[in-house]
Amino acid sequence: MTETPPKANLGRPASNLPPLSLHIPEPRYRPGDTPDFGDIAIPAVDATPRPGEATKPDAMRELSYGLVRVLDFDGEAKGQWDPKLSPERLRTMLRYMMLVRAFDDRMFRAQRQGKTSFYMKCTGEEATSVASTMALDRGDMCFPSYRQQGILIARDYPLIQMMNQIYSNRGDHLLGRQLPIMYSAPEHGFFSVSGNLATQYPQAVGWAMASASKGDSRIATVWCGEGSSAEGDFHSALTFATVYNAPVIFNIVNNQWAISSFSGFAGGERTTFAARAVGYGIAGLRIDGNDPLAVYAATQWAADRARTNNGPTLIEHFTYRSEGHSTSDDPSAYRPAEEPTIWPFGDPIDRLRQHLETLGEWDGERHEAQARELDDLVKTTQKQSEKLGILGHGMHQPFETMFQDVFEDMPWHLKEQSEQLLAEQEAKFGPNWKPE
Amino acid sequence: MAPESQTSTKTMNMIEAINSAMDVMLGRDDKMVVMGEDVGFFGGVFRATAGLQKKHGKTRVFDTPINECGIIGVAVGMGAYGLRPVPEIQFADYIYPGLDQLVSEAARLRYRSAADFICPMTVRTPFGGGIFGGQTHSQSPESIMTHICGVKTVIPSNPYDAKGLLIAAIEDNDPVVFLEPKRIYNGPFSGYYDRPVEPWSKHAASAVPEGHYRIELGKAATVREGEALTILAYGTMVHVTKTIVEEMGIDAEIIDLRTLLPLDIDAIETSVKKTGRCLIIHEATRTSGFGAELAALVQERCFYHLEAPVERVTGFDTPYPHSLEWAYFPGPVRIATALTKILKD
Repeated sequence: MTETPPKANLGRPASNLPPLSLHIPEPRYRPGDTPDFGDIAIPAVDATPRPGEATKPDAMRELSYGLVRVLDFDGEAKGQWDPKLSPERLRTMLRYMMLVRAFDDRMFRAQRQGKTSFYMKCTGEEATSVASTMALDRGDMCFPSYRQQGILIARDYPLIQMMNQIYSNRGDHLLGRQLPIMYSAPEHGFFSVSGNLATQYPQAVGWAMASASKGDSRIATVWCGEGSSAEGDFHSALTFATVYNAPVIFNIVNNQWAISSFSGFAGGERTTFAARAVGYGIAGLRIDGNDPLAVYAATQWAADRARTNNGPTLIEHFTYRSEGHSTSDDPSAYRPAEEPTIWPFGDPIDRLRQHLETLGEWDGERHEAQARELDDLVKTTQKQSEKLGILGHGMHQPFETMFQDVFEDMPWHLKEQSEQLLAEQEAKFGPNWKPE
Repeated sequence: MAPESQTSTKTMNMIEAINSAMDVMLGRDDKMVVMGEDVGFFGGVFRATAGLQKKHGKTRVFDTPINECGIIGVAVGMGAYGLRPVPEIQFADYIYPGLDQLVSEAARLRYRSAADFICPMTVRTPFGGGIFGGQTHSQSPESIMTHICGVKTVIPSNPYDAKGLLIAAIEDNDPVVFLEPKRIYNGPFSGYYDRPVEPWSKHAASAVPEGHYRIELGKAATVREGEALTILAYGTMVHVTKTIVEEMGIDAEIIDLRTLLPLDIDAIETSVKKTGRCLIIHEATRTSGFGAELAALVQERCFYHLEAPVERVTGFDTPYPHSLEWAYFPGPVRIATALTKILKD
């Protein structure tokens, strides 16, 4: 007989040291508390020098811990990071961001009306995708997470195709296979959105490595949230990017919340997310993600750096998720309702509008007219899309499409299963059934 | 299809044949890249990529960080760009950190994007026991792969097939997991670990064309024709099975599946209907192993032709033990016992 090992001394101090204690992160404010963001460090708008695009990562570490800003809270653009965009370009940026918001509001309502299963807004985060995309070349490849509808809008992807996908209707070119908002648009440099988190990170690095190995001039850019920066894929990607000096831009959209888990569960209590770059020897920039000009300037800096073989950049967009994670979420259950309204960096659309008005290039009347115009555009497009069907009201795709594209050529076992399903279809709906 | 350049053949072992397949494809297709741990300058821990970096250049054949999630994830991105990546995972036992990229990304990319993006990737990886690799260098994870929708699973059993199948896998526009039975890299294995190893050079399948040829995926090979029973096997077990059958003087029909998915169901069905008996042999663990799928298919399609229950000979449902490796391995005694039973029934 073997001897029974002694039981672990659970819960009893093994020495006269104070007992160990386990830290479980807890956000500072819960529903019912009065939140106060007064202690968030906000450096002066012109306080951050802009290093050259070829600067060695070790020589610019402080940028991973600071905050790049361009727009001050009075609407003026200041400092070395000011990208000095023309008023026309600024108005285009504003229009795209307003279109994203109008689209989000309309599609959120469509979900609440039972026309689709799911939707995700990006309210308050529009700059992190729209301004970023505008600073890229049209041929650069974007590997989005699920909250970057702004990329498609900023690349003039047809709204109706987005809606058809959201409704999984007859017009959905993904044949109703994907959850709403998991778009795919190769002609617009937009990679197929996965439902798994941060998987796109190493894929973007692979695309960038391929581009570099072929002597191409196009770069890759990728987004994830601060929550999913905890995934192994994130760290795999940064390792490969630094090893091969890949021409890629990593965006972490730090919107403070991953469903109900605050950024502390991804390590945000200890350091910044941009500081992840430091350990990998990658350039890191921490920026005001609600400042569209800071987002544009940082992306432009990183794109120039990547395109001149100076390697990858990690950009932390410090922002706030003003709405729930998705239509399946209720943020009032875990955070104070007024948090979004007291976020010290305001709203990206308001801030760009204020800047244009400060320049004398915009006014309230034009703004209201544009808001109405975009709302009408979204509404009209929505009507057109709904003519092609909405989710759950009839089945919109021929049943055999379920088996297509598993492989390029359908093997026998899928052909057999397809025949089985067609027999089920006939048994249930009769021989003359057609997709609705 | 006639081989394109079969002007000369050379005697190759399985490693050399696999190396030759990559060499030929790197020469034909400038979109192909080979990547993995130690595959570059050194040429791979099993030498499968020896000389390829020197010949084809560092951007075509290169070492990677020890990070299987990164290797497969990066390969998916390269495929999206338009390259044709052939990553090596050093041992099949190490593939698990990359499994999410394989299952959720590579396998589903064509489907979820309605063919906007594809993943023409071939993951090569040595698998199986018999080299005293212990529990982390001996596993046979093929049924994990066949359970994924959108991945093809290929297992060669000799040098000629290995080269032709690997070329077909690389040219395939879908992800393929190419499992290489490492016990037979250098010679076919009889199942008797205490006998001298016979080199491939004494085997007909070591005559390998130096140029390009394909063996179509999804086609089994009949290794031995017979009437008494049908044996379904693949990889190392093809040779072990053949040895035992010949020693016992049994008129067995041995089918080498070569591709597990898509499976050559016609070859299986025709043979079992002819012989009326079916024995399935694999080295992998028994429960939910690929043999379970084969047994189900055979009884669904051949039940009224069967004269005995379908039998399985497999590894046990334990981790692969180090010192008891040959007790674990489904060798001569286990196979002979099953053969006696199925022929008596």
